[in-house]
Amino acid sequence: MYFDSVQAALSMDGHGSFVWVAYFVTLLIISAVLLLPGLRRRRLLRQVATELARQESGYATREGPR
Amino acid sequence: MHPVRKQRLILVLFLVLFSSVAAGLVTYALRGNINLFFPPAEVAAGGAPVGQSIRVGGMVLEDSVQRNQDSLEVTFVLTDYEAQVPVVYAGILPDLFGEGQGAVAAGKLDENGVLQATEVLAKHDENYMPPEVAEALEKSGYDKKGQTR
Amino acid sequence: MSSRIGAAQKGLYNLTVMWTFFHKLGSPPWLYGIAGAIVRWLLPLTILALLVGAAWGLLFTSPDFRQGNSYRIIYIHVPSAVVALAGYYVMAIAGAVSLIWRMKMADVAMKAAAPVGAALTFIALFTGALWGKPTWGTWWEWDARITSMLILLFLYLGVVALYEAFDNKEAAGRACAILSLVGMVNIPIIYKSVDWWYSLHQPASIKFSGESAIDSSMLYPLLLMIGAFYALFTCCLLMNMRAELLQRESRTAWVRRLVKPDGPR
Repeated sequence: MYFDSVQAALSMDGHGSFVWVAYFVTLLIISAVLLLPGLRRRRLLRQVATELARQESGYATREGPR
Repeated sequence: MHPVRKQRLILVLFLVLFSSVAAGLVTYALRGNINLFFPPAEVAAGGAPVGQSIRVGGMVLEDSVQRNQDSLEVTFVLTDYEAQVPVVYAGILPDLFGEGQGAVAAGKLDENGVLQATEVLAKHDENYMPPEVAEALEKSGYDKKGQTR
Repeated sequence: MSSRIGAAQKGLYNLTVMWTFFHKLGSPPWLYGIAGAIVRWLLPLTILALLVGAAWGLLFTSPDFRQGNSYRIIYIHVPSAVVALAGYYVMAIAGAVSLIWRMKMADVAMKAAAPVGAALTFIALFTGALWGKPTWGTWWEWDARITSMLILLFLYLGVVALYEAFDNKEAAGRACAILSLVGMVNIPIIYKSVDWWYSLHQPASIKFSGESAIDSSMLYPLLLMIGAFYALFTCCLLMNMRAELLQRESRTAWVRRLVKPDGPR
């Protein structure tokens, strides 16, 4: 470990705010690009599931396809 | 290959080729404007306009930095080892500004050929190394640019 | 003689394997499954590599002899920029394949690459601004490298926007493919901008031939981060492709079976 203390690692001789903000914003963007496609995929799967359920109940009440 | 696909392939190749040629011509026409700064040699040859906002970039000549005791005013000389441009600047210099280092100064050339700068930026090179390595290199006789040059 | 026949048979076999592979590439359920399988093991590795590389670069490497600690931004700035450029080739080549062979999966890949590339380009520009302030003394300069990188961001965002602007998705795919192919000229300009013109940005530190201008103690974490960002791009590309496939194929039997394995065919 290069830094002696947490304070030293945070301040980085005055450059800490630049470095830590850069890493933090990168973390946010990477989390977004990693999470968004999975959420979209799950939403689409749910949509298909509701569609299927609606069709099935439609078959059940009307007895047979329209 | 299927003739239709071959036709499409040729179309795609022409698309890339023509856009490259167009971009090449545009960058060639604008080549002067794409350069961020003038090197001192071009300023000395009269290539830079007098009285207009320009940028001059080069190395800060060793032992040329003189700071005014009473104000923020500082004078230094930019060089590309062919010609020199004196610079006058009043303001805060970036941390990496120093003698023997690269710098870009923005401002207007006066009639004496002195650049009255309104902004000075530090330009650093592509060499990165720990301080100990830099010290060891210096001791062993290499310059701080490392072994690559 | 028999060995020659064996080699010929092997060659024929390889050709068949390749042919079935390309054939399968065009099959949405196969692609959906294989992409999911790859992401399942690649994603944890990617996150691990990103965390190790970031901690290594942030806390364990020595500061630079001139820039001090501000140079630590290199560990995200350079990898994001490198992969943003490589990702553009992926997008443009996928666009060309979908234009020439009308391959639907290439169109899916092109559309999936654009937002990831835009995010990486934005990271490169943003971290570059944060690095420029303490070293150069400015957040932004209209220098050839920085400006051409901004054009790359607009090209990526342009592909995303153009795709949404069309109601006819086939026409949208063709327009986006043409835009990304035309924009390809920007890539060599970005690479060479620091050599062709006087710019504030320094030339590349990692050299493919000759000794790199960066000390090896700083080079190894940088290479790890570059690898991690390539893996990150691959993961995001595959995950975006999976979502896109589901949306396009939502009315097909394989998606229905995916949702309800014992449902009606």
